[in-house]
Amino acid sequence: MAEADVMPAAQSRASEPAEEKSILRFLTCGSVDDGKSSLIGRLLFDSGSVFDDQMASVERDSKKFGTTGEAPDLALLLDGLEAEREQGITIDVAYRYFSTAKRKFIVADAPGHAQYTRNMAVAASVSELAVLVIDARKGVSEQTRRHMTVCELLGVRHVVLAVNKIDLVDFSEARFREIEAELKKAGEAFETCLAIPVSARFGDNVAARGGNLDWFDGPTLLHLLETVQVKRDEAARPFRMQVQLVARPDLDFRGYQGTIASGRIAPGDPVVAALSGRASKIARIAAMDGDRDSAEAGEAVTLTLEDEIDISRGDVLAAAESRPEVSDQFAAHLIWMGETHLLPGREYLLKCGARTVPASVTEIGHRLDVTTGERLAAKRLELNDIGFVKLAASQPIAFDPYSENRRMGSFLLVDRFSNDTLAAGVIAHGLRRATNIHWQSVDVDKTARAEAKGQKPSVLWFTGLSGSGKSTIANLVEKRLHMEGRHTYLLDGDNVRHGLNRDLGFTDADRVENIRRVSEVARLMADAGLIVLVSFISPFRAERRMARELMDGDFLEVWVDTPLELAAKRDPKGLYKKAFAGELKNFTGVDSPYEAPETAEIHIETAQTSAEDAANAIVDYLRDNGRLL
Amino acid sequence: MLSNHLRALESESIEILRETAASFENPVLMYSIGKDSSVLLHLTLKAFWPAKPPMPLLHVDTTWKFKEMIEFRDRMAAQHGLDLIVHINQEGVEEGIDPYANSERHTHVMKTLGLRQALDKYKFDAAIGGARRDEERSRAKERIFSHRSPEHAWEPKNQRPELWRLFNTRLAKGESFRVFPLSNWTEADIWSYIQAENIELVPLYFAAERPVVRRNGQIIMVDDDRLKLAPGETVEQAMVRFRTLGCYPLTAASESSAATLEEVVDETLTSKQSERVGRLIDHDQSASMERKKREGYF
Repeated sequence: MAEADVMPAAQSRASEPAEEKSILRFLTCGSVDDGKSSLIGRLLFDSGSVFDDQMASVERDSKKFGTTGEAPDLALLLDGLEAEREQGITIDVAYRYFSTAKRKFIVADAPGHAQYTRNMAVAASVSELAVLVIDARKGVSEQTRRHMTVCELLGVRHVVLAVNKIDLVDFSEARFREIEAELKKAGEAFETCLAIPVSARFGDNVAARGGNLDWFDGPTLLHLLETVQVKRDEAARPFRMQVQLVARPDLDFRGYQGTIASGRIAPGDPVVAALSGRASKIARIAAMDGDRDSAEAGEAVTLTLEDEIDISRGDVLAAAESRPEVSDQFAAHLIWMGETHLLPGREYLLKCGARTVPASVTEIGHRLDVTTGERLAAKRLELNDIGFVKLAASQPIAFDPYSENRRMGSFLLVDRFSNDTLAAGVIAHGLRRATNIHWQSVDVDKTARAEAKGQKPSVLWFTGLSGSGKSTIANLVEKRLHMEGRHTYLLDGDNVRHGLNRDLGFTDADRVENIRRVSEVARLMADAGLIVLVSFISPFRAERRMARELMDGDFLEVWVDTPLELAAKRDPKGLYKKAFAGELKNFTGVDSPYEAPETAEIHIETAQTSAEDAANAIVDYLRDNGRLL
Repeated sequence: MLSNHLRALESESIEILRETAASFENPVLMYSIGKDSSVLLHLTLKAFWPAKPPMPLLHVDTTWKFKEMIEFRDRMAAQHGLDLIVHINQEGVEEGIDPYANSERHTHVMKTLGLRQALDKYKFDAAIGGARRDEERSRAKERIFSHRSPEHAWEPKNQRPELWRLFNTRLAKGESFRVFPLSNWTEADIWSYIQAENIELVPLYFAAERPVVRRNGQIIMVDDDRLKLAPGETVEQAMVRFRTLGCYPLTAASESSAATLEEVVDETLTSKQSERVGRLIDHDQSASMERKKREGYF
């Protein structure tokens, strides 16, 4: 497996002229104290990539912080942030650059301890090869196996096991072979998996062989990095380009700009816009320094088509004879990176290529134990967890499985409120279901039904603390509307929990599902032309936003705003008393948060307003806004 | 003809520039006139061609730049028909800030505060800059899309993970991004690309006879009469050039006979000194850049 990918030394050094210098992006990772920084420092130094003034600064620092006695501590070439130096640890992926006559190297250096999965995933997502550093004295650790799992998941197909500190086991071949054998099985998942003994401290077998490792007949680390063939041959796959921008400098030119994800193209090639399925042919590959005859994977281009078809940012141009999947439901592995855990049903933003759509996780299939590879049942995913999930997007996206196309099969999940990146995803496959359930179109629609009732369908969503007076006010509003002959329905939180939602508890996940179901019911009722009054604590902004988006402009948020002290004092059901006594868990306002609305249409402050006045104000609002015809 | 590795870097930068244009309402291109800015401008023209770049150029002028830089700046903007915004921190000028009295304070007031003023004044939500990760140790962990608080602060612990080429560009009110399309370029890549694409540079990069004074072992060019000679100092003519450009009193020249692009590239690629050696402001402490960045320095 490994040997076949490594060219013999003599052959490789001489070939490839300087202009054909290529880039190898690789990552390095390892456990604490395995000498990873020293190894990279050694690579930089031995490849001649360290300037004299930088070396002088390392020599100064070595006297202060060094761990190598008289010799300069090459690990100090890498130390990044002041905060890290103070704590003696690294917290983030760092990027290093060096080059030899053959290749330019971009090193994504992932710290091995804190945030290991997140950092590893970041580094692996931009790398073709991984150098896993192993301490020869300690041998294979749990971390080594974790790192291999993440590499495999993220599609890194080449792994080098750098067995470091071989000097500290007297350059023992037996010890090296032992470690090599232990990872043989795990290495079978990769195209290349080769173990190499090195001493970062003394330089043995890093750039040059050195006299102590004569028994080793493989390449030096640097030689392997210079010669390993990592080409994915993305150019040989079907053509794909995710459209980033449409250039329209004048009426005669419409150019689609993006980076070719896979394949190659030339003018005349038939293509389709994946989302609409509309077909055309490539007219030009336009460029500032002259049109091109062809272009291939990895190149940023501007394409014009023979026909005017409707394509915008987020669409995908694809080979007509081999199209990507288009679906709003798919299965994927998620690497969870958020401080807040995954809530199935909650709406996130999904960014795939240049397309961003709302999406939620509908089901967690399993969580992966990254050390053993075991699949475990899971109700949620937390920071650094990896899980296999099903996702539903609010609109279809065009994609390919990640194993076939890294760019077309990767995505991020982003929190709509904090804007944090919560997860990185790799798509396994589409779910056929999505293409089979079509909306039944009906002739009598929402507007027709509502007009027959002399009203606009509306969802009045009352949110506020328990005991704020939501239900009291909602009740009064419904009575007034009913007296006017309006068609209404009141959905009350407590009542719904006795029936439709009686299988749900009060954990965050259950609260999300509770709201999702109620939103769907409210939407059907609004569709029937009713004015729906929903009285629900609904503590989370994200779920209220989800409800708002479902209702298509008919959603009116009513914030029944009561200070916690006042609500607790009223305590009509005696619940606060229990909650403060610790008898009731996950009680909103006590040990579970209430996220106040930011854009409520109607804001009622019950400390100053009576329930009757509040109800009048709400009915007036409906009338003033043309909802009562 | 570009080599494979330069073409890969070029494509990556163009993708980042296009993503910036698509993701932000009011981006700006930080133009500092040096070689990296020249490459960045060239890439920007390529990225949006045949349309014009959908962002203006911004130069934060400390009033101490080399005269030739200012001429070059104005000529480039005119030649490409781009909007050029020049911002000078007037409060700093009125206060009489100058680089001789206190170079660190000069940089802070005229550059860092000047930049913050300009970004606030025009409400830019993304500022594209030519910084590279290989320039300095604390830059090695910088994101390509680097998140800044409404106060322009860089919180190293609060940066978003960057995977693949998928950038989370979402912003809350008042927040902004610094965008670094040249993150993965090295100094050698910059020079090789300038040569391959024949990009025009400020003449100061090429060796010529220039009036200089030797001070603390460094060669400072006498660009105008604001440079005060200390007792015993004399102005002499020397064959010098610059490896980086900035405020002339804070930028040391090196003796060189490299007068053509080819000679400059040759000299740079075989140099034993890093380019930052000529920047006087970096010499204080190894963590100084990190601190400046936290305060909002580019």
